[in-house]
This record gives sequence, C-alpha cells and structure tokens, in this order.
Amino acid sequence: MLETLFYGAALIALTATAAALTRANAAHALIYLIVSLLAVAVLFFLLGAPFAAALEIVIYAGAIMVLFVFVIMMLNVGESGRAQEREWLRARHWIVPGILAAALLLELLLALRHNPVATSAMEVDPKRVGLALFGPYVLAVEIASLLLLAALVGAYHLGRHFIVRREDQR
Amino acid sequence: MSELGTVTFGLLLIAAAVGGAAVLTWFERRLLGIWQDRYGPDRLGPLGIGQVVADMLKLLTKDDWVPPFSDRFVFVFAPTAIVVAMLLGFAVVPFAPQLYVLDINIGLLFFLGMTSLAVYSVLLGGLASNNKYALLGGLRSAAQMVSYEVFMGLSLMGVVMLTGSFSLRAIVEAQRDLWYCVPQVLGLFTFLIAGIAESHRLPFDLPEAEHELTAGFHTEYGGMKFAMFMLGEYLGLILISCMITTLFFGGWLGPWLPPLLWFCLKTFALICFFVLLRGAIPRPRYDQLMTLGWKYMLPLTLLNLVLTGALALLLEGQRHV
Repeated sequence: MLETLFYGAALIALTATAAALTRANAAHALIYLIVSLLAVAVLFFLLGAPFAAALEIVIYAGAIMVLFVFVIMMLNVGESGRAQEREWLRARHWIVPGILAAALLLELLLALRHNPVATSAMEVDPKRVGLALFGPYVLAVEIASLLLLAALVGAYHLGRHFIVRREDQR
Repeated sequence: MSELGTVTFGLLLIAAAVGGAAVLTWFERRLLGIWQDRYGPDRLGPLGIGQVVADMLKLLTKDDWVPPFSDRFVFVFAPTAIVVAMLLGFAVVPFAPQLYVLDINIGLLFFLGMTSLAVYSVLLGGLASNNKYALLGGLRSAAQMVSYEVFMGLSLMGVVMLTGSFSLRAIVEAQRDLWYCVPQVLGLFTFLIAGIAESHRLPFDLPEAEHELTAGFHTEYGGMKFAMFMLGEYLGLILISCMITTLFFGGWLGPWLPPLLWFCLKTFALICFFVLLRGAIPRPRYDQLMTLGWKYMLPLTLLNLVLTGALALLLEGQRHV
C-alpha cells in the first residue's frame, strides 16, 4: 500500500517536473512546478519525515512559488514571450543539457547500486529536526542566517532609492 | 475511531462545512442588517432563510461563461483550488476528544500549508482573467497574503512553545487549566488580524475592493465559478474561527455541555465577531495595510515569541528545582 502511494507520488512528481520544463506558457509551467513540489511533499511524508513535508508545502509551494507567480503577473508576458520561450525549447538546445543530466543520472544509479539506501520506517518528529539543526548542524544554520541578512541588507539598499524619491515629491 | 468511521465523519464534515458556508451567506447579511438597524433578507421562508436556496438556484442557472480572451485551463482551475485547500484544512481540526479526521504531529503546520495554498486561487484567478482590474486584485492579494502569512505562522509559535507539540489535540489538552487566550493574548490578537487578512474579508478585502477595482480578482467570474470563490471565502472564515477556538479558547473543553456543543458554540461566537468586525471597521488604504503588517504586527509577534520563550524557560526551570 505504502509502496503504491510512493511510486504514484513519484510518477506525478516526475511528470509534473517534465511538464514544467517543456511548457512555453510561464504560468502553466509554474502550476506544474507547484504540483511537483506537492508530490515531493507527499514523498517526504511517506518516508517518515512529516516535518520536512509540511515545510515543503508552507515554504516552497506556499511562499516562494507565490513570489514567482507575482513576478510573472508584474511582467505580464504575452504572446511574444511565449514565442521566445518556444524558440528556446527547440530540440537542438536539449543536446548538451541532456548529456549532462544523463551523466548525473548514471552516477546516481551507480552510487545507489554500491550502497543501497535502506528506507527507514522510523518517523522523524519536529523536535528531533530542531535538535539536529541547533546541535550538529548549528554552523549551517548560522551561515544561512548570515546569507539571509546579507540579502535583507541588499534588498533594503536597492529599495531605498524609491523611498527617498517618494519623500522628495511630498 | 475505525477506518470506516473516519471516512463517514470526513464526508459528514464536508457536507456540514459546505452547508454551513451556504447558510452563512444569509446569516451574515441578516446579522449585519440587525446591527445596522435594517432588516436584511427576511422575505423567503422563516426569518428569510429561504434566501439561501434562492441564491443557489440563481447561481446554478446562470450561464457558465469562460471569457474567450482568458487562459481557459487556469481560469477553470483557479476557483476549485481555494475550496479544496480550505476543506482539506478542516481535516486536522479536533471537534471533540474522539471526533477528528486526522491527528498528526504536524497538524498546525498542515493548516498553515493549506491556507498558504489557498492564495493560488486568487492569484491564478486574477492572472488567467487577462483583465487589468483582475490582475491588480491578484497582485494585491499576493502581496497582502504573503506579508500576513509571515506573522500568521509566527503568532502561533507561542502556543506551540507552551504545549511542546504541533498536534492540535495536544494543544487543546494542554489548555485544561488555563485557556491560551490569557497567556497568549498577543498571539491571539495578531493571529486574529492575520486570519482576517488571509481570508481577505472586510476590512482587509483589498483584492476585491469594489469601489476601486470593480470586483478585483473575480471581475470576470460568474455563475458557479464565482460561487466557488464565495464558498471558499466563507469556508475560510469558518476554518479560521475553528482554529482560533482550538488554539486559544480551549477547543471542546468546557463544563456541563457535551464537548462538540462547546466547540460549535465557541466557533459560532467567533463567526459573529468576524461579521461584527466587517460592519464596524472601514477598509484601510493599501499602504496602510502593508505598514500595519510589517511595522506593527511583525514586531509584536516577535516580542510575543521572546516573552513566551522566557516564560517557557522559567516554567521549565521551576519544574526542575
């Protein structure tokens, strides 16, 4: 039962990702990407990581993708954008990325052959995620917070011009 | 509960939620009418409750039109997203000690995830309509909901900290001695405001502000597709009221009456409160809305988080001594 659900969700994730790559319409591609993220959340849940699954929905599907859709709405790409996208999706442009992706897949398969991953039935509850983040992985958390702070300062610096200009007009 | 029992309860819950949302359309207008010293719809049936049937018949018989200039696939998909997301959100609500569909360790996060997915409905509806008013409404809602989601999640972390679990049943059980509306009064206040903004109801209905955007994101929608948007909005209102009951007012806990009745009573009182807010407060300007969110609400939730953290540590320390 669990295996059927797992492979079903995996199939949905793969199909949706492939569709997200090949759609010329940016809005449609994004919807497929959201579906793919939701399917990955189901996979996390089935593998015994409900916290990761919830974060996948709240952060990726619920916040980051919303900003992507927001940008698409702001740009308001019409038929010309779609035509350009179709131009980029021609067969000959797929050759080099295809080879690179195939090489990566091959490596992954080889790695999995040599040390197969045992799917653990153990459930990782939110508390253990928190303890791991602020225990052995505390350095990674701090680096991520530094990165976010830098992004915040950068965004403020870029946005400051608009604030100053608006005050001049008053 | 057995597997079959859970499925039956789930189906009953869907029926009750959709039915409740339908009745709420009439109830809200009646209640607003009484508070504003007028009648409201009172012609059809006892107290005018037949109005629900009349409205439904009207919406069902309307032409199901898709504008030729719209993005057909997304246009049809958008209204269903909000209804599905909101109904899924009900799955984690514990109505009584044994009455729930799903009790998972991440219940609260599941609810937050579903409310954040509901944003897509408004966003994609606005985008697919290919209409400037709809686009502006969609843009507004995206900015509003993303901003308010930030502290919506944070405002609940105080509750999680005091309970030590994301499970909604555990949260209710932890309120036996004292409802969280007392120690978490700041959290309640911020979550209430975020909840109204998330369900984009008046006074925070800027995505569909009719005096400046005709009807905002659902300008091009009519008939049943429009009804789906409305259904989603009312479901959101009920869901938010259920969540506030569960998280801050002790859920099913209460003396004398059966647990389910207590839950329904508390939720009903909160729904009435939301309707009163709609009638009492004017709509803010868009920049005022953003200022309120980022400059007042977010710092307030952070303050609540720090205070609750200190309190939790203090209690923990006392327990060990």
